[in-house]
Amino acid sequence: MSANALKGVRNAAMLIAGLLVAWQALYWFVGDAALRPPLATFRYTLNLVTSEAFWPHLSETMRAFAVALAIAVSVGLATGFWLGSHKLSSQVFEPMLVAVYSIPKITLYPILLLAFGLGMPAKIAFGAIHGIVPVALFTINAVRNVRPILIKTGRVHGLSATEMVRAVLFPAALPEIFTGFRVGFSLTLIGTLLGEMFAAQRGLGYLLMTAIGLHNVDLIMAVTLLLITFAAAVSSVLLAIDRRLHRRI
Amino acid sequence: MTRVALYRVLVILAAVLLLELLCAIGVIDRITMQPPHLILRDLGRILISGKQNAAILKTMTNASIAFSLALLVGIATAAVLHGYRALRETLDPLFATYYAIPVFAFYPLLIVLFGLGDAPQIGIGFMLGVVAVIVNTLNGLDRVPRVLRKAALIERLGAAEVALKVALPYAAPYVLTGAKFAVAYTLIGIIGAEFIMSRGGMGYEISFAYNNFDNATMYPLIVLILAVSISINTALSWWEKRLLARRGL
Repeated sequence: MSANALKGVRNAAMLIAGLLVAWQALYWFVGDAALRPPLATFRYTLNLVTSEAFWPHLSETMRAFAVALAIAVSVGLATGFWLGSHKLSSQVFEPMLVAVYSIPKITLYPILLLAFGLGMPAKIAFGAIHGIVPVALFTINAVRNVRPILIKTGRVHGLSATEMVRAVLFPAALPEIFTGFRVGFSLTLIGTLLGEMFAAQRGLGYLLMTAIGLHNVDLIMAVTLLLITFAAAVSSVLLAIDRRLHRRI
Repeated sequence: MTRVALYRVLVILAAVLLLELLCAIGVIDRITMQPPHLILRDLGRILISGKQNAAILKTMTNASIAFSLALLVGIATAAVLHGYRALRETLDPLFATYYAIPVFAFYPLLIVLFGLGDAPQIGIGFMLGVVAVIVNTLNGLDRVPRVLRKAALIERLGAAEVALKVALPYAAPYVLTGAKFAVAYTLIGIIGAEFIMSRGGMGYEISFAYNNFDNATMYPLIVLILAVSISINTALSWWEKRLLARRGL
């Protein structure tokens, strides 16, 4: 293991230990009314994931998230390549994308519910609208910053538009695009979960929302722990890949 | 007006006209959405009659408090954290994961801690906003040229003075980027918390109107929130651009 990787593992271990200590201390301060200590939460979480009722919720969330992420990435990439390589379009549309990025999308959930109805399509739409814009914005910048000489070389070789994207633009812009994917991943996940909290009858977000409604502290803590663990695990892997891609250049 | 600005106005006009048309020929039915001109009329009515003023005032006051807190605490945290490299590296994975975590899961905890008033909602808004400020301020502090720090050393400035007179002013455009995100995130936090559990505010009114099929209240309030966040964002972007232009960037 390289020195860098070792340092990363040590940092992660220290962060986790620090968070566990803070959690236990907060529990001693707040008490049973709103918190459970780490050990009790782990025990409850283990019971939860081994119970049969839990798996349909998980698979529902994962399905919605996967579709939303696929939509966010494909639409975001297409928009990004288009606006990144066409100056006038990007001058017209990029400020609009930035404006859309900055609006609190949670206010749009009633509109999506009215348009898509309660259930899977609304969740997917909610996740996708969170993810599309960051992927697009990062891709625009990535494509725009590709060194002109690479594009000129491509032209000299007479590449078509699709060949240009596949053989020149995409490989050259990959590190920045991957950063966009990383941000898009987080936002699509939170978008899908928020969609489930407000607009679903299945899924982890729904489970969390019912737990909040019933003030079932055990369940709130367990679901939150699972979500944080999943998000943290995936985003550390993505962060590591991201750093490696950026170092290559 | 420049050509680009003209195109931008035309695109927006075309989008609004398309919505009008879809509503007029019945592709979008009245239960799903009112045509745009009716939304504007209803917004005017709501603002003139003043029946939503209490809700608007509550949400906007809470959002400004949460935003100010996030900005102050975020900048201070980043200024301190920038001096402790090991601590910062330990916290980095937390920052990278933070926005994939449904912070709303902590709302019940905040209610137990702070009671049923406005404080838990402000707390959620603050928690969502503060990390964006920290991350972007750190990014700005990383870019302070060494010559400026050396000059400060020669002038024998203390650590606090270096931060206040040299480093933070240099990082100002990046802090503004963080502030833009914080505006959106605090609004998401406040409105989301109002959706989940509260006795007033725009989020509460929107979900109340949604449950009663009262589109004449719901759409104008949503449009109002979007308009407010886009205007604040545009103003901050303009300021950010001016700061960068002064540096020849």
